[in-house]
Amino acid sequence: MRAARRKPRRIQFSTPKINKSFRSRDAPLNAVPELVCPAGALPALRSAVDNGADWVYFGLRDNTNARNFAGLNFDEQNAREGIRYANDAGARTILAINTYPQPDTRERWQRAIDTAADLGVDAVILADAGLMRYAARRYPELALHLSVQASATNFEAINLYREQFGVRRAVLPRVLSLAQVEQVIANTEVEIEVFGFGSLCVMVEGRCVLSSYATGQSPNTAGVCSPAKAVRWEPEGERMNVRLNGVLIDQFESGENAGYPTICKGRYSVAGETYYAIEEPSSLNALELLPQLAAMGVSAIKIEGRQRSPAYVAEVTRVWRQAIDECGAGRFSVKPQWKAGLAKIAEGAQYTLGAYNRKWK
Amino acid sequence: MTDSRQGGNPRIALGPVLYYWKRETLLAFYAGLPHSSLAAIYLGEVVCGRRHELRLADWVALARELAQTGVEVVLSSQALIESESDLRVMRRLAGNGEFAVEANEMGAVRLLAGKARFVAGPHLNVYNPDTLAWLAELGAFRWVMPLEIGRDALALLQGSRPAEMQTEVFAYGRLPLAFSARCFTARHFNLPKDDCQYRCIDAPDGLPLATREGKPFLALNGIQTQSAQIYDLSAALPELSALGVDLIRLSPHSSGMNDVIAAFRQGCAGDAGGLRARLDAVRPAAPVDGYWHGKAGIDHVAA
Repeated sequence: MRAARRKPRRIQFSTPKINKSFRSRDAPLNAVPELVCPAGALPALRSAVDNGADWVYFGLRDNTNARNFAGLNFDEQNAREGIRYANDAGARTILAINTYPQPDTRERWQRAIDTAADLGVDAVILADAGLMRYAARRYPELALHLSVQASATNFEAINLYREQFGVRRAVLPRVLSLAQVEQVIANTEVEIEVFGFGSLCVMVEGRCVLSSYATGQSPNTAGVCSPAKAVRWEPEGERMNVRLNGVLIDQFESGENAGYPTICKGRYSVAGETYYAIEEPSSLNALELLPQLAAMGVSAIKIEGRQRSPAYVAEVTRVWRQAIDECGAGRFSVKPQWKAGLAKIAEGAQYTLGAYNRKWK
Repeated sequence: MTDSRQGGNPRIALGPVLYYWKRETLLAFYAGLPHSSLAAIYLGEVVCGRRHELRLADWVALARELAQTGVEVVLSSQALIESESDLRVMRRLAGNGEFAVEANEMGAVRLLAGKARFVAGPHLNVYNPDTLAWLAELGAFRWVMPLEIGRDALALLQGSRPAEMQTEVFAYGRLPLAFSARCFTARHFNLPKDDCQYRCIDAPDGLPLATREGKPFLALNGIQTQSAQIYDLSAALPELSALGVDLIRLSPHSSGMNDVIAAFRQGCAGDAGGLRARLDAVRPAAPVDGYWHGKAGIDHVAA
């Protein structure tokens, strides 16, 4: 059913402003955002495509992307296979080259752009201005998406990248309230993509070096936050200590839910009080905001989680596909089975609306 | 107009005050500085648009006073711009027509590009020569190296820096490690950000945050998260000089800054004798320098 529905959409994809100009026979009543899903490896890519992703994004096996984890990502052969699989089903592909080229190895990032052009992906996600210029000059046909790692939180910043490099779409950092997202959309021609679901960065993406402060490696430079090799789980009697390169991030009593240790979600002592000083171990779920996001003209919803399993990708994609289709048909309400499906794969114990909800700030 | 790089030892720049200090505290701080020891002073509210002890007009008035002492004054822009009111302040700042502006995010760069020469601030993520060259074309006359890179990366960047581009390195103070939409000071007091009651004014060096085993780790400064430790490159001054760094940035904290400035002035003059002891006497927390050596920022390498 999905393939039959998506086939005609593929033909329409050559227009830059997709969801504002696109109408097909089974087009939704209301303009709806496209669904952009993560693919850490081929099985996850297939899960995303099979469950109705409009776009899948993936990275190469090195620090040119912000999920530079062992066992993850694509070599060239995998990438070709994945792109073929996606395109055959009417979905499009994005290569994430969303870390910052370092001065001694910047050719690696430029080669990644060359590879993207050669593979025939539909877009690249970039964070670094120097690299955007390389891509825009060398491959003017290659669509540029501004990565969340570029930290563009306002329309002036986004329009700079539009004017300088012809950026077509921008992913907003997870710091704006709904009203602020709407204001950005009203003041730029660039398509706006927002995060809908997944791990929650509490800090402005691209503006956080907490990870390298403790470990020497950060998303900007090494493509990792809280690198696994720096994590130590250390039993102490009934208690479990978790350290990042020696820094105690948290202590868990038996029975407490212990998530993966990132600095922003640890418990610390401030003025004699021990608590989650920055953020609880929660994940973002903006599903209930979908009609509002659609109405304000959000072009795409991004699902976080290239480090997650194919089962996660399948479940999240399936739920969001249904939700977006319902939204397009004008009959959206959050269904109990969607909640149940997403609850199964919750990373932490709870979900939050994050900064979309002003009170979170 | 700022001239091109001068060679020789680095000169001293005083970074913007990152904390929320009372108006009279701020004015007394700037009036009491050893102005002749400073090549540049950065002024303005970089962290939070809700802070208002000094408004833009007050900062500009202060800039005029300080400029009379002969020091170069630069107005720093807010590092996280979210709202239309943030943008309004930034437009006025960018168009001030009198003082150079330090752009701390790309929205400010757009407003300054081709219109006024500017400083590319430490939060612009300039990690490679191509991005630095691009900013130079847009009008940057100086860039501040990102906090998390060190001497090896800097050496490569210096080797290909654009003509006339000055290099500044953050060399002393708590490191501004992260920015968020959320205010962690308000969170600590169980207050919403929109009704924060400006509690950060009671923490002139941020709220110290320690691990559960009592080790100092971070400092909460409103929406900004800093290192608890003091980044201190005093031992690296000969290297900074050899790499052709034009300015070193000292980031203010609430006490003893004039002693810190005096110590760095001594170090910049090539005299390392007793420098460590001078700084040990006034440094409000343990020193770190890991980033400079390509290690974790929290590491301390200098003997």
